[in-house]
Amino acid sequence: MKSLSELAAIREQMKDKVAIRTGSGDVRVVVGMATCGISAGARPVLNTFVEEVAAANLTDKVMVTQTGCIGICQYEPVVEIFEDGKEKTTYVKMTPEKAKRVVEEHLKGGKPVMEYLIGNTKL
Amino acid sequence: MKDLSLYILDIAMNSVRAGAKHIEIRLEERDAVLTLTVQDDGCGMTPEQVRRLFDPFYTTRKTRSVGLGVPFLQMLARQTGGDVTVASKSAAEYADHGTVVTAVFHTDHIDFIPLGDLTETIVTLVQGSPDVDFVYCHCKPSGSVAMNTAEMRSILGEDIPLDSYEVLGFIRSYLQEQYQQL
Repeated sequence: MKSLSELAAIREQMKDKVAIRTGSGDVRVVVGMATCGISAGARPVLNTFVEEVAAANLTDKVMVTQTGCIGICQYEPVVEIFEDGKEKTTYVKMTPEKAKRVVEEHLKGGKPVMEYLIGNTKL
Repeated sequence: MKDLSLYILDIAMNSVRAGAKHIEIRLEERDAVLTLTVQDDGCGMTPEQVRRLFDPFYTTRKTRSVGLGVPFLQMLARQTGGDVTVASKSAAEYADHGTVVTAVFHTDHIDFIPLGDLTETIVTLVQGSPDVDFVYCHCKPSGSVAMNTAEMRSILGEDIPLDSYEVLGFIRSYLQEQYQQL
């Protein structure tokens, strides 16, 4: 059975890593989590990004955050990626499977997954 | 929405957006009645705003002209023979401002939907608002699942945010294990 004392162990393990992490935020992955996003399936999309970014060892560079409704509810789940010095990328009608590919090809490989972009998606 | 855990996530997001620092989510199951309470210390609403909250064509946001969160919850509760009540004190009028949403469901009604993954809902809330104090309690006659992020934060110290991957993983398994024992 898990107990809260395990958090003390996590604190010890992470002590050294925290200093490195404070500079993070070069890349922001923003998932829409209003009523429209949630009902379209944004929760597993968000949690897949959290998992996969950690699995790809990108947590120092990539921050996964939530936002409200951005006004294109018919395209939800919507994920926006902000990168320093680049134009914003908007992925629409996302799924956990698509999220995995975005982490692999865009966040890791540096190449946006063109077919998931808002400009290339039909409703 | 497919299951109750998504409704709870949606309603708790309202508390987050109201600037709450303390959010309590309670589920109590007894004799085929499930009572959900989401209580926050956010900015609250005026009596007029509370009245219009149940109107799907009322919203304060600018990105779209409908607000379906509370109407959806009310529809689901009423389908099972229950209902939703909202009590609120606005920050403009009260020092102890905040909102309490209470929803009652009859779980033996054919239109009641599955509870869904409540653990994922809590993990998602903590991920999005690591600085908010979340209290979660799911009580059944057979036992309860409980969690308090303020308590976790006091053990972790100030340097390690609750939205760290390792901490979120802990919270997920902490709740999952409690649910397995239930």
